[in-house]
Amino acid sequence: MDFLRPTSWADALAAKAEHPDALVIAGGTDVMVELNFDQRRPPALLDLGGVVDLTGWDVHDGRIRLGAAVPYARVITELGDRLPGLAIASRTVGSPQIRNRGTVGGNLGSASPAGDAHPPLLACGADVEVCSVRGTRTVSISEFFTGVKRNALEPDELVAAVHLDAASGPQQFSKVGTRNAMVIAVCTFALALHPRERTVGTGLGSAAPTPRRATEAEQFLAEELADTGRWDVPTALPDSVNGKFGDLAAAAAAPIDDVRGSSDYRKHAIRVLARRTLGWTWNDYCAGRQQCA
Amino acid sequence: MRVNVTVNGRSHQADDVWEGESLLYMLRERLGLPGSKNACEQGECGSCTVYLDGVPACACLVAAGQAEGRDVGTVEGLADGAQLDPVQEAFVETGAVQCGFCTPGLLVAAHDLLERDPRPSDTDVREALAGNLCRCTGYEKILDAVRLASDRRAERSQA
Ligand SMILES: Cc1cc2nc3c(=O)[nH]c(=O)nc-3n(C[C@H](O)[C@H](O)[C@H](O)COP(=O)(O)OP(=O)(O)OC[C@H]3O[C@@H](n4cnc5c(N)ncnc54)[C@H](O)[C@@H]3O)c2cc1C
Ligand code: FES
Ligand code: FES
Repeated sequence: MDFLRPTSWADALAAKAEHPDALVIAGGTDVMVELNFDQRRPPALLDLGGVVDLTGWDVHDGRIRLGAAVPYARVITELGDRLPGLAIASRTVGSPQIRNRGTVGGNLGSASPAGDAHPPLLACGADVEVCSVRGTRTVSISEFFTGVKRNALEPDELVAAVHLDAASGPQQFSKVGTRNAMVIAVCTFALALHPRERTVGTGLGSAAPTPRRATEAEQFLAEELADTGRWDVPTALPDSVNGKFGDLAAAAAAPIDDVRGSSDYRKHAIRVLARRTLGWTWNDYCAGRQQCA
Repeated sequence: MRVNVTVNGRSHQADDVWEGESLLYMLRERLGLPGSKNACEQGECGSCTVYLDGVPACACLVAAGQAEGRDVGTVEGLADGAQLDPVQEAFVETGAVQCGFCTPGLLVAAHDLLERDPRPSDTDVREALAGNLCRCTGYEKILDAVRLASDRRAERSQA
């Protein structure tokens, strides 16, 4: 096995082009489990730990560029105000030790249907910045996941960053697990209200072969809020709206039965999580508006 | 491959390191530092917790080569010579150690918590130690230990 340790982004891309079968390692929280258990014997490891370009974030015109190798712990402490949905989801990942090392780039690399960063990225309409020696391209997060644990990366490509707007409204994330730390999600739901664009974003985790949005639920809620003038004058939502939003979210799920939960349970849980997160975000939205008024 | 790493303030060189090897293996088997324990090798139990550049991490999930040129702190480095760290003393005094297998990882995690937050609430302690499993103590004595260590540190910094 080789151990490749590029110290610049250009060197990392060159190394990946030269060794397309090298296994990239960032935080190592997925990769090392596979190596420790002999599930994988790649010809080389390509360590991104020396590439400082990947470990920062910055803001341009309200849009955040989050480097692929920023660990969850820093998303929580440094970006909780700008990216509340991603920060809440990051707080549910593993344990402090895992959050200190695990990265959003690694979550995208593994592309697990249960990856906790994915639903908030979907709800925020994130773009993935993908690079190779051939150049840079942008992949919409809705098109990034191509199958169970498969993503849109070509063998010579690396994730450089994700781009997403700083929150212009409340965001939430909720996760069902068998205990409140160190669990793979049974299912998750992320919700973001985008009052500036008058749109709604959602993301479902562990509820289909890939993380996905509930687009009908998004459209229903955005239209409902527009038609009733509630974006401008927020008042309590009728139960019928909460209920229909939950039903449409559950209808977007296509879960499997497995050891963590049955398909029926997951659909039910998505319905509950969708209603619950809508309650939380809508309360926040109403409270925020009243303060401004 | 060869890996150069500083562990508990001393520089070390490890030779013939296999590229897929973990930092935990390198510490225990090549550098003769068996304090960090190997129980699960999948990040679930926290018994291998070490500081990596000052940040707690599971040594079983760090590739040895990723530690090249970095600073590692293990449980062996917590005491100052024969003087135990307050968190170590507190674990001994409250009976937070039974078989002791989880102890090195818990000590590093608890030490880190008190460095960041000298007066953590019980909820903060539970959250900070959520990545460390103990099969013996039932955790109550571990919570007692962290409370006691927090008090001791406060006394010492006033003294
Ligand atoms: C005990 C434990 C608990 C966990 N709990 C959770 C949890 O609650 N929620 C959750 O979502 N995940 C969890 N995980 C999984 C893991 O922590 C996350 O998937 C994490 O985001 C992986 O990031 P990493 O940097 O450690 O990735 P690595 O292990 O370094 O890499 C993961 C994959 O991504 C690829 N990769 C990494 N960076 C890039 C890049 N820049 N470009 C292209 N490919 C790249 C790698 O080649 C590899 O295939 C847990 C893992 C453990 C061990
Ligand atoms: S041995 Fe590393 S976490 Fe269990
Ligand atoms: S004392 Fe035995 S595992 Fe904790």
